[in-house]
Amino acid sequence: MIVQAIAFYLFAAIIIASAVMVIAARNPVHSVLFLILAFFNAAGLFVLVGAEFLAMIMVIVYVGAVAVLFLFVVMMLDINFVELRQGFLNYLPVGALIGLILMIELIFVLTAGTVTPVVPAATGAPIPAIGQVTNTEALGAVLYTRYIYLFQASGMILFVAMIGAIVLTLRSRDGVRRQDAGKQTGRTRAESVEVRKVAPGGGV
Amino acid sequence: MGNFWTGYLEPGLWIVAQILVMILPVAVSVAFIVYAERKILALMSLRRGPNIVGPFGLFQSFADFIKIFFKETIIPTGANKVVFLAAPIITFVLAMIAWAVIPFGPGLVVADINVGVLYLFAISSMGVYGIVMAGWASNSRYAFLGAMRSAAQMVSYEVSMGFVIVSVLLVVGSLNLSAIVEAQRGLWFAIPLLPMFVIFFISTLAETNRHPFDLPEAESELVAGYQVEYSSVSFVLFFLAEYANMALMSGITTILFLGGWLPPLDIAPFNWIPGTIWFVLKICLLLFVFVWVRATLPRYRYDQLMRLGWKVFLPVSLIWVVLTAGALVAFGWLPTKG
Repeated sequence: MIVQAIAFYLFAAIIIASAVMVIAARNPVHSVLFLILAFFNAAGLFVLVGAEFLAMIMVIVYVGAVAVLFLFVVMMLDINFVELRQGFLNYLPVGALIGLILMIELIFVLTAGTVTPVVPAATGAPIPAIGQVTNTEALGAVLYTRYIYLFQASGMILFVAMIGAIVLTLRSRDGVRRQDAGKQTGRTRAESVEVRKVAPGGGV
Repeated sequence: MGNFWTGYLEPGLWIVAQILVMILPVAVSVAFIVYAERKILALMSLRRGPNIVGPFGLFQSFADFIKIFFKETIIPTGANKVVFLAAPIITFVLAMIAWAVIPFGPGLVVADINVGVLYLFAISSMGVYGIVMAGWASNSRYAFLGAMRSAAQMVSYEVSMGFVIVSVLLVVGSLNLSAIVEAQRGLWFAIPLLPMFVIFFISTLAETNRHPFDLPEAESELVAGYQVEYSSVSFVLFFLAEYANMALMSGITTILFLGGWLPPLDIAPFNWIPGTIWFVLKICLLLFVFVWVRATLPRYRYDQLMRLGWKVFLPVSLIWVVLTAGALVAFGWLPTKG
């Protein structure tokens, strides 16, 4: 068990250190890179508790897709670093408040079982032990039966958000010359090449 | 102390030995992949290719490696030093650690994990970081443009690759790579899922930034894209990673669609040959197609690349996932729980 313990403290320490660096780093690109490091180590923690599916999804979704877009945007922005640091103290109370609320919520969720044993029995679903089924199967069996409406609802919310983002950024401008791949590949030799005899000094 | 020896040290050393047995052949084979590529390209354009160093020029890659190894490592003044040096290391490490889950034969795998497919997908989706970091840290226009193109390209093609993998997983009913290979006993998935096979192979070309999707390093417009500022060992790492990734992607395609270590027909002359040799042969075949495509096709224009990814591959693979799921349920072919 010593190896597991060492691995846990290593991952946990790196997560906390890189999370601090996310807000402390001077360069926004470094912040995003530290954020990615934090995500990656969180996936390591998931592996340690045997949640291999969640770990891989964490890496694929957060590291592989979300953070790439973050990095993409941050790299392209022309940011004045000095100006960026000035509002730090103004935003500190709001940030601290949000952090506090999140922490209280987490404590409520985690201690609900010990305070009122009825709650987890009413909300939770029985999960088979890790040895019996792979956790991909266990997750699927719960997600698509018991929580199917919530699952579908979250899908709809994401779908609406996607449509919203497209509608907000869609601009139709005049004078845009669009590429039409069908037209381009449909061209034939007869209509695009012409051989002419040019008389010297005469021009085409 | 005995507990420490049997509990930690011995399995630890065993794992290190397995890793070495895995990584060294991959690293050495990269040299021969490079040689094979130059030779095939040369033959396809009626040239001779490397033929001076060693018999048939076989040692050319090693000579090149030694030469480039002794060059000076140059770090540009405006570069972000740590990120600049971390980028090739990350790229190389990612190209190597993915091999941990590749089964070379029945039971011949370093880590036979339950979510092998997702692991490979996760590793290949992180490949973009090495390139983006290299492009940004180089502090050069060419490198940055190459990195931006590469990020957009790899993210786009990953989406359709994900759907292709989903359709294979639906048929298999497991995320374990050995189980996927075993499920193809009798019929390789390349036949019933032919459109997916084609889409997956083209997507791997885009994922590895190979021709005809090599826009990130298009030498005629971006010099060499994200690699422009790199020299010596840091360049070698990028170079090794690119070719190791090609072999890896061929390996994944083989496992998902060409029956991994299984012989083409389970009859006498074919099943005498060990599975590992079949696996390597299939990888070589796909690598040949990589080079063949390079010699044959011109580079895609950027908007064509995006159009192919988002407007052709994504809808087709999405529809095919729905069709596969529908067919499995309708005909009662769903994989039974194993």
